[in-house]
Amino acid sequence: MVKVEFLGPIGKKPVEVEAGSLKELKEILNKDDSLKPWLENSAVAVNDKIVQDLDVELKNGDRVVILPPVCGG
Amino acid sequence: MVEIFKGGIPVIETLERWYEECKLEGYGAMIPFIGIVRPDNGIEGLSFDLYLPMLNEWFKKWQNLKEAKIMMAHSFGDVMVGETSFLCAVFTKHRREGFKYLEEFVEDFKANAPIWKYDLINGKRIFAKDRAKKLPGAGILN
Repeated sequence: MVKVEFLGPIGKKPVEVEAGSLKELKEILNKDDSLKPWLENSAVAVNDKIVQDLDVELKNGDRVVILPPVCGG
Repeated sequence: MVEIFKGGIPVIETLERWYEECKLEGYGAMIPFIGIVRPDNGIEGLSFDLYLPMLNEWFKKWQNLKEAKIMMAHSFGDVMVGETSFLCAVFTKHRREGFKYLEEFVEDFKANAPIWKYDLINGKRIFAKDRAKKLPGAGILN
């Protein structure tokens, strides 16, 4: 299982999903219409490292975080 | 590590502490930046969410500079107009490189620190979407 957390304003509780890769996770998350507007502009980190392409394998226990656009200060 | 405060940052107390900690380390310049919450558009204040694991990881690269030392504090939760939500200080030997580091640091902070800002209007938090910046790789799951 992979744990997915939605940060900041997305306001959705973490979910655990079966996904062997980011490509699979993309398909799963896109089934949720409420997430779609966020997926358009959110970045993704696997185990707290930002990833920039979908060719990433996921293994049991990995943590994925979805990071919407940021604005500190 | 980024120093984190619930609500507004105690500005003078924090700057004084940083000054006392660093004043004998050979730096000739301490350049503070105090980010004050402005009363724009009738807001009561701002509110912040932070993601600490990646915030501290982001800050690490700014803690290993050869010629400069940077201290930083940020708020989480509500920060009212006139209070401070972001505080940093750059220590360098001379002022010139200090101003350069301050500019680079704050730019990088705005673009990459995992922090989310909300306007506080009538007691409600409204995500400041128009002022937010996409992180690298944004949209890959779309």
